[in-house]
Amino acid sequence: MDLGLDVRQEAEWTVLAVSGEIDIATAPSLREKLHSLLADGHLQLIIDLDEVTFLDSTALGVLVGVLKRARTEGGELRIVCNQPRVRKVFEITRLDSAFDLCTSVEDAVKGGARE
Amino acid sequence: MGDRIELDVPARPEFLSLVRSIVTLIAETGSKLPDRRIEDLRLAVTEACANAIDAERRKPESERQPVVVSCDLEADYVVVEVHDEGGGFDPDAITPHPDVTKPARLMFERGLGIPLMRELTDELDFRREGGGTTVRLVVTAHLRR
Repeated sequence: MDLGLDVRQEAEWTVLAVSGEIDIATAPSLREKLHSLLADGHLQLIIDLDEVTFLDSTALGVLVGVLKRARTEGGELRIVCNQPRVRKVFEITRLDSAFDLCTSVEDAVKGGARE
Repeated sequence: MGDRIELDVPARPEFLSLVRSIVTLIAETGSKLPDRRIEDLRLAVTEACANAIDAERRKPESERQPVVVSCDLEADYVVVEVHDEGGGFDPDAITPHPDVTKPARLMFERGLGIPLMRELTDELDFRREGGGTTVRLVVTAHLRR
Protein backbone atom coordinates (compact mmCIF):
# COMPACT_ATOMS: atom_id res chain seq x y z
CA MET A 1 0.00 0.00 0.00
CA ASP A 2 1.48 3.33 -1.05
CA LEU A 3 1.72 6.36 1.17
CA GLY A 4 0.47 9.68 -0.21
CA LEU A 5 3.09 12.42 0.23
CA ASP A 6 2.08 15.85 -1.10
CA VAL A 7 4.24 18.92 -0.58
CA ARG A 8 2.98 22.50 -0.72
CA GLN A 9 4.07 25.87 0.56
CA GLU A 10 2.04 27.91 3.09
CA ALA A 11 3.77 31.25 3.74
CA GLU A 12 7.25 30.39 5.03
CA TRP A 13 6.20 26.84 5.96
CA THR A 14 6.61 23.71 3.88
CA VAL A 15 3.62 21.44 4.40
CA LEU A 16 3.88 17.70 3.85
CA ALA A 17 0.39 16.19 3.71
CA VAL A 18 0.56 12.46 4.39
CA SER A 19 -2.24 10.03 3.55
CA GLY A 20 -2.60 6.30 4.11
CA GLU A 21 -1.11 3.89 6.62
CA ILE A 22 2.37 4.35 8.10
CA ASP A 23 4.13 1.16 9.22
CA ILE A 24 7.40 -0.65 8.48
CA ALA A 25 6.37 -1.03 4.85
CA THR A 26 5.72 2.66 4.18
CA ALA A 27 7.78 4.49 6.84
CA PRO A 28 10.97 4.39 4.70
CA SER A 29 9.32 6.55 2.01
CA LEU A 30 8.18 9.05 4.66
CA ARG A 31 11.67 9.16 6.18
CA GLU A 32 13.25 9.67 2.76
CA LYS A 33 10.85 12.48 1.84
CA LEU A 34 11.27 14.35 5.12
CA HIS A 35 15.06 14.11 5.15
CA SER A 36 15.15 15.16 1.52
CA LEU A 37 13.06 18.25 2.36
CA LEU A 38 15.42 19.12 5.23
CA ALA A 39 18.46 18.59 2.99
CA ASP A 40 16.93 20.98 0.46
CA GLY A 41 16.68 23.67 3.12
CA HIS A 42 13.00 23.31 4.08
CA LEU A 43 13.67 23.83 7.76
CA GLN A 44 10.19 25.02 8.74
CA LEU A 45 8.11 21.93 8.31
CA ILE A 46 4.49 21.10 8.97
CA ILE A 47 3.53 17.44 8.72
CA ASP A 48 -0.22 17.08 8.19
CA LEU A 49 -1.39 13.67 9.44
CA ASP A 50 -5.13 14.27 9.11
CA GLU A 51 -5.45 11.79 6.22
CA VAL A 52 -3.38 9.14 7.96
CA THR A 53 -5.56 6.16 8.87
CA PHE A 54 -2.96 4.16 10.80
CA LEU A 55 0.35 4.96 12.47
CA ASP A 56 2.67 2.68 14.46
CA SER A 57 5.89 3.00 16.45
CA THR A 58 8.01 2.94 13.28
CA ALA A 59 6.26 6.13 12.18
CA LEU A 60 6.89 7.72 15.56
CA GLY A 61 10.56 6.81 15.20
CA VAL A 62 10.71 8.59 11.84
CA LEU A 63 9.07 11.70 13.32
CA VAL A 64 11.43 11.69 16.32
CA GLY A 65 14.40 11.47 13.95
CA VAL A 66 13.13 14.35 11.84
CA LEU A 67 12.39 16.49 14.90
CA LYS A 68 15.91 15.89 16.18
CA ARG A 69 17.48 16.81 12.85
CA ALA A 70 15.25 19.86 12.35
CA ARG A 71 16.20 21.20 15.78
CA THR A 72 19.89 20.50 15.20
CA GLU A 73 19.74 22.51 11.98
CA GLY A 74 17.83 25.39 13.55
CA GLY A 75 14.50 24.43 12.04
CA GLU A 76 11.00 23.89 13.40
CA LEU A 77 8.58 21.01 13.09
CA ARG A 78 4.85 21.13 13.72
CA ILE A 79 2.41 18.27 13.35
CA VAL A 80 -1.26 18.52 12.46
CA CYS A 81 -3.20 15.65 13.95
CA ASN A 82 -6.93 15.51 14.74
CA GLN A 83 -7.74 11.85 14.24
CA PRO A 84 -8.35 10.28 17.65
CA ARG A 85 -6.81 6.93 16.70
CA VAL A 86 -3.60 8.67 15.54
CA ARG A 87 -3.46 11.13 18.45
CA LYS A 88 -3.82 8.23 20.84
CA VAL A 89 -0.49 6.76 19.68
CA PHE A 90 1.26 10.05 20.53
CA GLU A 91 -0.50 10.18 23.89
CA ILE A 92 0.24 6.59 24.93
CA THR A 93 3.95 7.07 24.23
CA ARG A 94 3.79 10.55 25.83
CA LEU A 95 5.32 11.97 22.67
CA ASP A 96 2.42 14.43 22.51
CA SER A 97 4.50 16.54 24.90
CA ALA A 98 7.64 16.31 22.73
CA PHE A 99 5.94 17.44 19.50
CA ASP A 100 4.13 20.66 18.69
CA LEU A 101 0.74 19.12 17.86
CA CYS A 102 -1.68 21.46 16.11
CA THR A 103 -5.35 21.21 15.16
CA SER A 104 -5.02 22.53 11.61
CA VAL A 105 -2.44 23.64 9.06
CA GLU A 106 -3.78 27.18 9.51
CA ASP A 107 -3.09 27.07 13.26
CA ALA A 108 0.33 25.56 12.66
CA VAL A 109 1.23 28.37 10.25
CA LYS A 110 -0.08 31.00 12.67
CA GLY A 111 2.16 29.89 15.47
CA GLY A 112 1.73 26.33 16.52
CA ALA A 113 -1.43 26.88 18.54
CA ARG A 114 -1.17 24.09 21.04
CA GLU A 115 -4.23 22.52 22.56
CA MET B 1 -13.86 -23.12 23.85
CA GLY B 2 -13.93 -20.33 21.32
CA ASP B 3 -12.81 -20.36 17.73
CA ARG B 4 -9.18 -20.46 16.64
CA ILE B 5 -7.82 -19.11 13.38
CA GLU B 6 -4.20 -19.40 12.28
CA LEU B 7 -2.40 -17.54 9.51
CA ASP B 8 1.00 -18.18 7.92
CA VAL B 9 2.24 -14.82 6.71
CA PRO B 10 5.25 -14.19 4.44
CA ALA B 11 7.88 -12.28 6.45
CA ARG B 12 7.71 -9.20 4.25
CA PRO B 13 6.66 -5.68 5.31
CA GLU B 14 4.13 -5.35 2.49
CA PHE B 15 2.00 -8.05 4.14
CA LEU B 16 1.69 -6.18 7.45
CA SER B 17 -1.30 -4.10 6.36
CA LEU B 18 -3.09 -7.26 5.21
CA VAL B 19 -2.40 -9.06 8.51
CA ARG B 20 -3.79 -6.28 10.69
CA SER B 21 -6.86 -5.99 8.44
CA ILE B 22 -7.52 -9.73 8.69
CA VAL B 23 -6.97 -9.87 12.48
CA THR B 24 -9.27 -6.87 12.89
CA LEU B 25 -11.98 -8.56 10.82
CA ILE B 26 -11.54 -11.81 12.74
CA ALA B 27 -11.94 -9.99 16.08
CA GLU B 28 -14.95 -8.03 14.82
CA THR B 29 -16.58 -11.23 13.59
CA GLY B 30 -15.75 -13.58 16.44
CA SER B 31 -15.76 -11.46 19.59
CA LYS B 32 -17.69 -8.65 21.22
CA LEU B 33 -14.76 -6.31 21.72
CA PRO B 34 -15.79 -2.65 21.49
CA ASP B 35 -14.34 -0.56 18.65
CA ARG B 36 -11.70 1.08 20.86
CA ARG B 37 -10.34 -2.29 21.94
CA ILE B 38 -10.35 -3.54 18.35
CA GLU B 39 -8.18 -0.49 17.55
CA ASP B 40 -5.82 -1.41 20.41
CA LEU B 41 -5.62 -4.97 19.06
CA ARG B 42 -4.97 -3.70 15.53
CA LEU B 43 -1.98 -1.64 16.64
CA ALA B 44 -0.60 -4.22 19.09
CA VAL B 45 -0.72 -6.97 16.46
CA THR B 46 1.01 -4.69 13.96
CA GLU B 47 3.83 -4.04 16.45
CA ALA B 48 4.23 -7.75 17.22
CA CYS B 49 4.21 -8.74 13.55
CA ALA B 50 6.63 -5.95 12.61
CA ASN B 51 9.11 -7.26 15.20
CA ALA B 52 8.64 -10.81 13.92
CA ILE B 53 9.17 -9.74 10.29
CA ASP B 54 12.28 -7.79 11.33
CA ALA B 55 13.61 -10.87 13.12
CA GLU B 56 13.08 -13.06 10.05
CA ARG B 57 14.64 -10.45 7.76
CA ARG B 58 17.89 -10.60 9.71
CA LYS B 59 18.36 -14.11 8.30
CA PRO B 60 19.52 -14.88 4.75
CA GLU B 61 16.56 -14.76 2.39
CA SER B 62 16.68 -18.49 1.63
CA GLU B 63 16.27 -19.32 5.35
CA ARG B 64 13.35 -17.03 6.13
CA GLN B 65 10.15 -18.63 7.34
CA PRO B 66 6.60 -17.34 7.50
CA VAL B 67 5.42 -15.55 10.62
CA VAL B 68 2.64 -17.55 12.27
CA VAL B 69 -0.26 -15.54 13.67
CA SER B 70 -2.94 -17.33 15.67
CA CYS B 71 -6.13 -15.81 17.05
CA ASP B 72 -8.17 -17.42 19.82
CA LEU B 73 -11.57 -15.85 20.10
CA GLU B 74 -13.82 -15.63 23.12
CA ALA B 75 -16.80 -13.33 23.53
CA ASP B 76 -15.04 -10.88 25.82
CA TYR B 77 -11.38 -11.31 24.95
CA VAL B 78 -9.04 -12.17 22.09
CA VAL B 79 -5.67 -13.89 22.41
CA VAL B 80 -3.20 -13.41 19.56
CA GLU B 81 0.12 -15.20 19.33
CA VAL B 82 2.79 -14.17 16.83
CA HIS B 83 5.66 -16.57 16.27
CA ASP B 84 8.87 -16.09 14.32
CA GLU B 85 11.92 -18.27 13.88
CA GLY B 86 14.23 -15.29 13.92
CA GLY B 87 16.56 -16.33 16.71
CA GLY B 88 14.82 -14.85 19.73
CA PHE B 89 15.55 -11.78 21.85
CA ASP B 90 15.40 -10.64 25.44
CA PRO B 91 12.67 -8.01 25.88
CA ASP B 92 14.03 -7.16 29.33
CA ALA B 93 17.37 -6.17 27.78
CA ILE B 94 15.80 -3.17 26.04
CA THR B 95 17.18 0.13 27.32
CA PRO B 96 14.41 2.13 29.00
CA HIS B 97 13.79 5.46 27.32
CA PRO B 98 14.46 8.69 29.20
CA ASP B 99 11.40 10.77 30.04
CA VAL B 100 10.00 12.64 27.04
CA THR B 101 10.72 15.98 28.71
CA LYS B 102 14.46 15.27 28.59
CA PRO B 103 16.40 16.14 25.43
CA ALA B 104 18.05 12.70 25.54
CA ARG B 105 14.65 11.19 24.70
CA LEU B 106 15.11 12.31 21.12
CA MET B 107 18.12 10.02 20.76
CA PHE B 108 15.71 7.07 20.71
CA GLU B 109 14.08 6.49 17.33
CA ARG B 110 13.55 2.79 17.90
CA GLY B 111 12.34 0.65 20.76
CA LEU B 112 8.94 2.33 21.05
CA GLY B 113 7.03 -0.77 19.96
CA ILE B 114 7.17 -2.91 23.09
CA PRO B 115 6.24 -0.10 25.52
CA LEU B 116 3.36 0.71 23.18
CA MET B 117 2.22 -2.93 23.15
CA ARG B 118 2.31 -3.02 26.97
CA GLU B 119 -0.04 -0.03 27.10
CA LEU B 120 -2.44 -1.42 24.51
CA THR B 121 -2.88 -4.95 25.86
CA ASP B 122 -4.24 -6.52 29.04
CA GLU B 123 -1.56 -9.22 29.02
CA LEU B 124 1.69 -9.38 27.10
CA ASP B 125 4.42 -11.97 27.33
CA PHE B 126 7.33 -13.18 25.29
CA ARG B 127 8.74 -16.66 25.28
CA ARG B 128 11.55 -18.34 23.45
CA GLU B 129 10.11 -21.15 21.40
CA GLY B 130 11.64 -23.29 18.67
CA GLY B 131 14.25 -21.15 16.97
CA GLY B 132 12.66 -17.84 17.77
CA THR B 133 10.12 -15.90 19.79
CA THR B 134 6.41 -16.18 20.45
CA VAL B 135 4.62 -13.05 21.56
CA ARG B 136 1.30 -13.64 23.29
CA LEU B 137 -1.03 -10.71 23.72
CA VAL B 138 -4.50 -10.53 25.20
CA VAL B 139 -7.01 -7.75 24.60
CA THR B 140 -10.24 -7.84 26.60
CA ALA B 141 -13.50 -5.98 26.19
CA HIS B 142 -12.60 -3.93 29.27
CA LEU B 143 -11.88 -0.29 28.39
CA ARG B 144 -8.49 0.66 29.82
CA ARG B 145 -8.63 4.43 29.38
